[in-house]
Amino acid sequence: MEDAVGILADSSGTAAILAGGSDLLVRMKGGFIEPDLIVDIKAVAGLSDIRETAEGFSIGAAVPSAVLGENAALKKAWPGVVEAARLIGSKQVQGRCTIVGNLCNASPAADSVPAMVAAGAKAVVVGPSGRRTIPVETVPAGPGRTSLAKGEIIEAILLDKRPPHAGDAYLRFIPRTEMDIAVVSAGVNLTIDDKGSVKTARVALGAAAPTVLLVEEAAEVLVGSKLDEATLERLAKVCSGACRPIDDKRGTIEFRRKVAGVLARRAATTAYQRAGGK
Amino acid sequence: MNFDPRYSARNFTAVGTRPVRPDGIDKVTGRARYGADFNMAGQLVGRILRSPHAHARIRKIDTSKAEKLPGVKAVITAADLPDFTNGDAAMYDILDNCMARKKALYDGHAVAAVAAIDARTARQALKLIEVDYEVLAHVTDVDEAMKHGAPLINDAVFTEGLDEKPVKPSNVTKRSQFGHGDVHAGFGHADFVVERSFRTEQTHQGYIEPHACVASANADGTADLWVCTQGHFVYRQHCAQLLGMDASKLRVTSSEIGGGFGGKTHVWAEPVALALSRKAGRPVKLVMTRDEVFRASGPTSATSIDVRIGARKDGTITAAEATLRYSCGPYAGSWAEVGAMTAFACYKLENVKTVGYEVLVNRPKTAAYRAPSAPMAAFAVESAIDELAKQVGMDPVDFRIKNAAQEGTRSSYGPVYGPIGIGPTLEAVKNHPHMKAPLGKNQGRGMACGFWFNFGGQTCTDLNIGMDGSVSLAVGTIDVGGSRASLSLIAAEELGIAYEHVKAVVADTSSLGYNDMTDGSRGTFSTSMATISAARNAIRTLRERAAQMWDISVDDVAWEHGHAVAKGEKHGNLGKLSLKEIAAASGTTGGPIAGHSELVADGAGVSFATHICDIEVDPETGATRVLRYTVVQDAGKAVHPTYVEGQYQGGAAQGIGWALNEEYIYGKDGRLQNPGFLDYRIPVCSDLPMIDTQILEIPNPNHPYGVRGVGETSIVPPLAAIANALSNAAGVRMTHIPMSPPRVLAALEAAREG
Amino acid sequence: MAGVAVSTTINGDAVEYLCQPDETLLEVLRDRLGLTGAKEGCGTGDCGACSVILDDRLVCSCLVLGAEAEGRRVETVEGMAHGDKLHPLQQKFLEHAALQCGICTPGFLIAAKDLLAKNPSPTEEEIRFGLAGNLCRCTGYDKIVRAVQDAANVMRGA
Repeated sequence: MEDAVGILADSSGTAAILAGGSDLLVRMKGGFIEPDLIVDIKAVAGLSDIRETAEGFSIGAAVPSAVLGENAALKKAWPGVVEAARLIGSKQVQGRCTIVGNLCNASPAADSVPAMVAAGAKAVVVGPSGRRTIPVETVPAGPGRTSLAKGEIIEAILLDKRPPHAGDAYLRFIPRTEMDIAVVSAGVNLTIDDKGSVKTARVALGAAAPTVLLVEEAAEVLVGSKLDEATLERLAKVCSGACRPIDDKRGTIEFRRKVAGVLARRAATTAYQRAGGK
Repeated sequence: MNFDPRYSARNFTAVGTRPVRPDGIDKVTGRARYGADFNMAGQLVGRILRSPHAHARIRKIDTSKAEKLPGVKAVITAADLPDFTNGDAAMYDILDNCMARKKALYDGHAVAAVAAIDARTARQALKLIEVDYEVLAHVTDVDEAMKHGAPLINDAVFTEGLDEKPVKPSNVTKRSQFGHGDVHAGFGHADFVVERSFRTEQTHQGYIEPHACVASANADGTADLWVCTQGHFVYRQHCAQLLGMDASKLRVTSSEIGGGFGGKTHVWAEPVALALSRKAGRPVKLVMTRDEVFRASGPTSATSIDVRIGARKDGTITAAEATLRYSCGPYAGSWAEVGAMTAFACYKLENVKTVGYEVLVNRPKTAAYRAPSAPMAAFAVESAIDELAKQVGMDPVDFRIKNAAQEGTRSSYGPVYGPIGIGPTLEAVKNHPHMKAPLGKNQGRGMACGFWFNFGGQTCTDLNIGMDGSVSLAVGTIDVGGSRASLSLIAAEELGIAYEHVKAVVADTSSLGYNDMTDGSRGTFSTSMATISAARNAIRTLRERAAQMWDISVDDVAWEHGHAVAKGEKHGNLGKLSLKEIAAASGTTGGPIAGHSELVADGAGVSFATHICDIEVDPETGATRVLRYTVVQDAGKAVHPTYVEGQYQGGAAQGIGWALNEEYIYGKDGRLQNPGFLDYRIPVCSDLPMIDTQILEIPNPNHPYGVRGVGETSIVPPLAAIANALSNAAGVRMTHIPMSPPRVLAALEAAREG
Repeated sequence: MAGVAVSTTINGDAVEYLCQPDETLLEVLRDRLGLTGAKEGCGTGDCGACSVILDDRLVCSCLVLGAEAEGRRVETVEGMAHGDKLHPLQQKFLEHAALQCGICTPGFLIAAKDLLAKNPSPTEEEIRFGLAGNLCRCTGYDKIVRAVQDAANVMRGA
């Protein structure tokens, strides 16, 4: 890891990090980047591992989404994060893409990011000035830009150990059944008490603003409720209101607002069911 | 011997069976060579510089820096393509589209090209070409382009076909009109009238193989071109003309083709590749990127259509009228004209009038896409027909049966129909189990009809019988979907031998006379006609040889089940001679035995279809899924039923994509925003159900086996079938294609509020 | 740019090549090694026509650098048949007419091979979603799905 950081920090010209390459090679093909240096981090020890510890999970930066989907313990604890990671691209892309790459590409429509943000995931950043751990939502700074400094590489994503009665879910809207970039998406993470009332909640919306929106008001709507119809309607309204979407080739402002609310409802319902709620 | 193309009924032995196609093994092993799979020694990489502006005058192009870059062997602009078109306006448009001469007319229009030793050098060279553009106002919308004051794309265009000759130039190149009777009077007799306007966005054929060629211009003035194309003879003619060569000096070999659907019937970059090769003195390989395919080949028209149809209480249509505005890109075409011809072709109408307007816009040049212009017109008409049926209070199938065209009907575009399939397909649909299947919540069923003319055209075929009795069939029509198998079946059928002994190949342009391209669903229709003719000529020779071997008159020799048979009592003891035996002796009876045919295949036989579609719509998001789909279409005679099914399914799938998700999206800057498969959304495997097919066979009286063209009609009904299904599922009438989720959701919400 | 020397295994054979650092595996296969079975339909991972199997993972070779094949195993369509014996998938694609123009066929065969290796008894839905990364414009997918179902039966010995 230190070698990789050193090479990057010392590089002149344009340098790029390669894990899965499913964003980098597309940008190269389109002429958007012509790197003078490509650092392939797949060879770095430990980066291809998923480790389960007492604190939770550590997912190495070179772990492809397909491998995430094959980890039974991770799927059980964080089904929302895994299903989000498993939606990136096609089957072919799944064998290569990583959630770290997805995060650092900083597309507003990235699939894994709303789920990671809702999950309270953290990124372990290694750079010339050492190691630090930051919430994932602080990594994307705007479309295509991150807050990382030159020479910094994300080494792993950390997810906490799950308490009982916890569940998360991720839903996105695409016009076909596969292959599309999310038009709008929602990640919801809940814990409930033993009476079925929501104890903690995090709601994140994707493709609804330049970076993922962590909608605190939406979480407040959910806390204390049992996801009755009135709560879900308010949740949808708050989420629709929180959006700052654009009109583009994938959707209109009106459509994104509307469907953000619909997806938040549906994702919340699934997360609630996964947490053991009825 | 004169060839008689008329249908005669017979019991088939080979035709109608389902053998594995001869070119299949190469395709499943990766050995088959497509446009980009060929290389020549010393070849250079060709790349094209394209305008980033929708409309701009080209003031100056400076290629000097690019020329100096090491590894660059040639740089060309329009100056390297002198005008040999000799007043032929259509050829001039092709020349200008290959490389802009005065103005860049769309985002992606070629303005210069380079040939270099590798891709990286070529890319760098493009960046060094300096183009001085004077950006002009642009217009990309078909209705906007017709408005007074719209930016003018070609100030030498004055609308043809108007009653009064116009004094001012326009973006409308032509007005055309079809129909008969008196629609005004007809509407006067109507108890119910539906009047609606519809829009369809531009789509692309979406073939998975980008355009690719290797061009090699030789110092002696000859040239070779390896290219993926639907018509190598057409490509030869056009390339030769544009480069100022004799056609006979240009040899075009067609690779296997990775999809065309009409988009590979025009030359795009091939003349440029030849010009680069000529200048560089080396072969040039030019492959389009996917981005270039969308921006700079030939998508369909975008359309704006008004329809008005009236009917009496008893369901009889009294009048039908349509005005169709079709975009052509920046060059003249006849797209609205074809739409105006096909719009009401399914119906028996006393009073009908259709008017078409061809409209120039700053988009790539419109090209044919599978039954070109028909799907959009059918979307409008079949949607309105469905609404009208509801108003009259009739079942939509019964309403169409009541008004369907029949043998003897005068079509809305002119000719009188012979025996046709629209009635039979409707009856088949009425009785199809699909119509009785139950529907659940948020689900709906729709049906629609479609029509296509089908074409014949010039066709040449060589049938050679080897001394071992095996048969080689050389054809000049490109095989897009298995026609080599079908033609082998036809040759086997006619000669009376086993399919396994026939091998069909697609020959290059030096080996056969002129062949029209594979379009208009003519591949199997025309080439089978020529194959039958060639086989009958060969049979004549086989009979003559047998007569010689027996020393009897050829009039006493018949051909039956692959054998020469001596007829008449006096020859009773002569037995039979097989094709193999006659072939083995051919060296001593007069030499190699062959049959040739050069003909213009006529009477292609119109093809009708009726489709049924079940959809489910998510009322909260507008997402629409196709649950079940059935195609019923008349094939005349299905030579190879599996490949006919494949054409039905493929056309339906393209229509479904067109209906739900595919469209060209332009920004206000006139630039295409989705030139890739990520955001130009064709159906993926999980988007579709199994597509059921029912082949009807109403023989075409103008083909010996009754064959009709089949490849195109099935793309015509899906747009309206899905719109009608949505109407039945959710009570919304969609008038804008594609019916993407944002549009459907907006319609659902408007309906809920209204 | 200096070339990268790569030692790899392709369809079971040891292969060595020199490639540019920014060259894709697809470009290496087609332009350096003459293995033109994998096709470029888009170059950006949206069509699957370039699909290969890299160390038991289905990937788009246009999204892998040639240099990344070092020390790994690559499987392409050219390795599916054994001599003149076709793989059951290849055989069934022919029997079911699961190809028309055939340009997408190599990608589908590789993707289907990977699918059946990991899921020998897939449902129709699993086949459709498993092959969603491969675009076909000619067939409407119906006969492709049937061919995969039939091949799965044969391969299970059913």
